[in-house]
This record gives sequence, structure tokens and C-alpha cells, in this order.
Amino acid sequence: MQPGRPLRAARLYLTGVFWRHRWGKGLVLLAPPLLAFALVYLASLAALFVSSFWTVNPFTTEIEHHWTLDNFRTIFESSAYRTIALRTIGIAAAVTVTDAILAFPLGYFMARLARPRTRAFLFVAVLLPLWSSYLIRVYIWRLILDQNGVLNWTLRQLGLGPLHLAYSNWAVWIVFSYVWLPFMVLPVYGALERIPESLLEASRDLGARGFETFRRIVLPLALPGVVAGSIFTFSLTLGDYVTPMLAGGSSSQFIGNVVYSSVGISNNVPFAAAFATIPLAVMAVYLLIARKLGAFEAM
Amino acid sequence: MMRIRRAHVLIAAVAAALCVPAAGVSSSSGLPTKIGKGEGQLNLVAWEGYTQPQWVKPFERKTGCRVHAKYAGSSDEMVTLMRQGGGSQYDMVSASGDASLRLIYGHDVQPVNVKLIPDWKNFAPALKSPPHNTVDGVHYGVSLQWGPNTLLYNTKKVKPKPTSWSVLYSPKYKGKITVPDNPIQIADAALYLSKAQPSLGITDPYELNQKQFDAAVNLLRRQKPLIKKYWALASDEIDLFKNGDAVLGASWPYQTNTLQADKVPVADTIPREGATGWADTWMLSAHAKHPNCAYLWMRWVSTPKVQAQQAIYFGETPANVKACPIMDKLSPGSAAKYHCGASEAYFKSIKFWKTPVAACGNGRNDCMDYTKWQQAWTQLKG
Repeated sequence: MQPGRPLRAARLYLTGVFWRHRWGKGLVLLAPPLLAFALVYLASLAALFVSSFWTVNPFTTEIEHHWTLDNFRTIFESSAYRTIALRTIGIAAAVTVTDAILAFPLGYFMARLARPRTRAFLFVAVLLPLWSSYLIRVYIWRLILDQNGVLNWTLRQLGLGPLHLAYSNWAVWIVFSYVWLPFMVLPVYGALERIPESLLEASRDLGARGFETFRRIVLPLALPGVVAGSIFTFSLTLGDYVTPMLAGGSSSQFIGNVVYSSVGISNNVPFAAAFATIPLAVMAVYLLIARKLGAFEAM
Repeated sequence: MMRIRRAHVLIAAVAAALCVPAAGVSSSSGLPTKIGKGEGQLNLVAWEGYTQPQWVKPFERKTGCRVHAKYAGSSDEMVTLMRQGGGSQYDMVSASGDASLRLIYGHDVQPVNVKLIPDWKNFAPALKSPPHNTVDGVHYGVSLQWGPNTLLYNTKKVKPKPTSWSVLYSPKYKGKITVPDNPIQIADAALYLSKAQPSLGITDPYELNQKQFDAAVNLLRRQKPLIKKYWALASDEIDLFKNGDAVLGASWPYQTNTLQADKVPVADTIPREGATGWADTWMLSAHAKHPNCAYLWMRWVSTPKVQAQQAIYFGETPANVKACPIMDKLSPGSAAKYHCGASEAYFKSIKFWKTPVAACGNGRNDCMDYTKWQQAWTQLKG
């Protein structure tokens, strides 16, 4: 008897099973990632949600497993936490709009006007910052915006007064817009590149001028790309706490900073979990709107 | 049936008792009376710079205890590390005063017999049994190093030389002030108020009732528009002063030294109201697996030479006064610079960090605990 015989038989049997039950193949392929998804991702989300209804004993800092809405009450009743949540969402929205405005012309140029060489160069230019550490890029912006930094030095040479941008929400907005720009440029570029030339020609043939073609053909077809990019810029800003900590001023706390200090300083995981459900809820609403606008086809 | 079950439980209990590693430190009434042979390992949670090779290597050679150090970034991280995994992962922690009481009341650390540390009697009197590591006469560790929280200012921009913490609360230097991003900062405001508004009756800046606490938080709220940035890392404050974004701030001697070495025109002072300060303690985990090595380590880091080496490396003051002449030998003038062997009066002017708790002496139970401090600080920053 050859050693390979039983193995071969088993293989043949399995092939037969998968042929008879087509879904079996899909199940085998998907089981490991699905399991990981359920355990690592959904289970931790569930744990987060459940623990947000617990409290912490202030003396022993041990978690008490009573169901209570106290954490959410604190968040909604305190003006400080409301301000922090609104600031986070507001700056995330501002960063998204800024990046969309910056990325659209760049993406348009790359997709429709640039020669292959220029396009390759621009691609590298957009992606290159991603190869360096995020922290380095934040610190470099600090050097640029400092009281005696590059920006104010340049302004002085031009005879203009110094700007007080360092350590403020302006600085946070600028740094975020810079750091997340590539995540907007790429989907916008992709959406613009996919618009068939024939549509633009047809628009011209039917008498539409440049601007009208842009408004009625290019913009609607590229919008899903912009929305797809905005998912990245918006959610990344919403969840960040490093940039506000390093570049922010005396009132630059984000939701993430409160989560960080609630866990790290007062060991109050339930409160951190409760506060962390806010960006979760905001993102859920955002994704629903994005789906309506067709962003998922553009990713 | 019942009897069998009980017997099983009994056997299991005996087996469990036998399985507990026989701690080598011979102890009666809980406290060890002599140090046994080292277990070969020692796991530490420490501030960065507290386990430098220059004093760790000789310790390892001498005792055979291999030192594994985990650096913590904040007092709160230290507490978390000492609690995780049932608390037996680390043997010791170099806790600052704002963490040590939390560890004691949380039963995360165990009493220490200071008689086994010969150099303990050479400690500055104020650091032998300080309230941040000694509760009801029971020592929970040995003092290590200390330093004041100073008022740092730019000598070119801030004139005349500040003599009161009031400069941090006056609009004269609006937008040029930086203070630490730390709830314990409320104590700095309380310390200032204890002199500026004696009617509040603040005697200890860490023991504040609701009224005193509200007054301190209100002062900080009025201070907020004057603040450029609440600094989280010492390097943040150094950057702020170097780049001219701040000219005045609450600080540690470390920042002053670094900035002066970089030729930035700064100086520091302890204003007339006094200052808060930090004092670190090596504490022994309640579930330490290597207690003998831990005692050997406490003995080693308390010796004058190691104390002096660490003080100079980090820019702080040793607890052991016999370290002062060695400091001067290693770096001339350093003993005076760091107030080594400071007088009782100097110690009195410094209110060392300790964890605010609800029970604040004299049977009073109406003080604001650390959770309240942290919440107030988060809301203050807004």
C-alpha cells in the first residue's frame, strides 16, 4: 500500500463534499477571518458597550458590576464633556472639508491632466509622508508654528506681524489636515480616474461648457470618492488624541484625551467606555449617510 | 457525602498551601527579620533613569539578582502596572507620593522592615517616616530621592524676579504661562491660596474640603485664559521656553538644568509661599515573588554612593545625607545646587505630593478624593 493512498482518498472525498455543498467552500474560506472578526472585533466592542454601564469604586478603583446610566448622565449633564465632544466633531468636520478642498484639484490633475511621469512623481509626493513616523510629522509642525518657528521667521522677513498659531486649536486643525491628506487624495483620484472620457465628450457634444460638464458630470461621479475619503479623515480625526496633546493649547482636549486620562489616570474604564461610545455613534450615522451617497462603491 | 467533600476541600487547601513558594524572608508578625539568599531575579517598575547600568550592574554582580526594569511614564501608569495580573508581575515600584498612598490603601504593597536597611538611619529626618509612605507608624518602603516643584522663568522677559506664585495667576504674562497637565496641580493653587486667602483655612494643600477645593479650582479656572499650554512631558516645557512660547511656568529642576545647559536665559525659584514637591519611595509589592532580592535592592540603592550617582544622573536630591559629599566629589557644587542635606526649615517649606483621600485626619471624612481631583481637572481643561 502506498503511503499517499489514504490522503488521496480523503482529498477526493472532500472534493466531493465541497462539490455537493457549494456553500461549504465559502464557509471554510471565511471561518478563520470571521472567527477573528467576531472574537477580536465584535466581542471587544460588546465588552466596551457593556462596561460603559458599570461604575468604579472611587476608593479601591475596582469596577463595580451594577447596571447604571451614571456615566452617560455625567457626560450629558456636564458642559465640559459636551464641549469636548462638540470640539472633536467640529474639528473632524473642518479637517474633512479642508482635505476635500485640497485633494480635489490635486486628484483631478493627477487623474486627468498629468503625464505618466508627473503622475508617478505626485503619487510618491503624496505617499512619502506616510513612510515617516506620525509623531515626527506632528513635532515638525510644532517647529514650524512655534513663536520663533519657521512660519513666524518667514513672516518677519516679509515685514508681517507674528501669528500666534502654536499650541491652539488652529494648530490642531492644520496638523490634522496635513496628516490625513493622503487618505483623501487617493480615493478622490480613484473616482476621478474612473470617469470614462466618453462621458465628457458626450457632454461636450450636447453643448455643455467646461463648468457645466464639471458640475453635472464630474462632480456627481467623483462625489462617492470624496465621501469615501471623508470617512477616513473624519474617523481618524475623531479617534485621535496624540495631535491634540502635542499640538493643542490650553483648551484642545478631544474625546480621545478624556478616554486616555480616564483609563490612565483614574483607572475609570467604565467612564472611558461610555465616552468612547460617542464617536462610535457618530461614525455609525456618518457611515449610513456615506452609504446613501455611494461611498462604498468608490472605495 | 458531605464529609467527603469537606475532606476534599481540606486536601486541596493543604496542597495549595504547599504550592505557595516558600518565601525565603523569615518573618514573624508579618515583617521579615533577616534577608535570605537572593532569588536570582528582580522585576521593577521604575521611572526612566532610575535603573542605570552604573549602579544596576554592580548590584547584579554582588547579589546575583538579575534586574528587569519596566519604565512607567506616569504615577498612574505605575499604579496600573502594579495592579495588573494579580499584582505579582513586579516586585517593586519607585512610586512618587501621589501614587504611594493609593498603593498602600489598595493593598498593592506590603510593609517593609526598615531595620534591614542600615542606611535608613542616615536619611534626612523628614524622609524617614514621611506621611506618603508611612501609615500609622508602618513603613511601606524606603524613601529614595526628592525634589521641589519650582517656579521657572525667563530672566530676560520676566522682570523683576518673581517672588510669589501670584505671577502665575496675574494677567501680566497672559498667554506666556505653562503649568503641568496633572490633577495634582490643584494642590499648587491650594498652596498659594493657603497664604493669599488665609480665611479659607487651608493647612494641607492635599486635604481640601468642598469649599477649599472649589476655591482652588476657581482660581485655576481664572488662570486658564492665561495658559499657553498644559505640559504633559518635561520636554514639552523645555520646547516652550526654548521657542519663546512661554516665559513663566511651574517646573522641575530638571528642566532648568537642561535649558541652562542650552544657554536659554532661565532661572528657577521657590516663591515665598513655599512649593509642592515630589518624593519617591521604593515600595514592595504585596505579592512579590522575589522579596530577598527586593530587600537587597532597597539596601543597595540607599547606600551613599548609589544615591549620589542617581541624584546627579536625574537631577534630584538624595534621601541619604551621607551622599552629599560624594555628590560634590562626582560633580562639584551639585550638593548645594540640589539642596542635599537640606535643613528642616527647607523641608517644611515643601509640601510633598500625596494622594488626596476622603479621610483627611482628625476624624474628618469630608475631603475631596483623587477621583474628584481628576474629574475637576478634566472639566477645568474642558
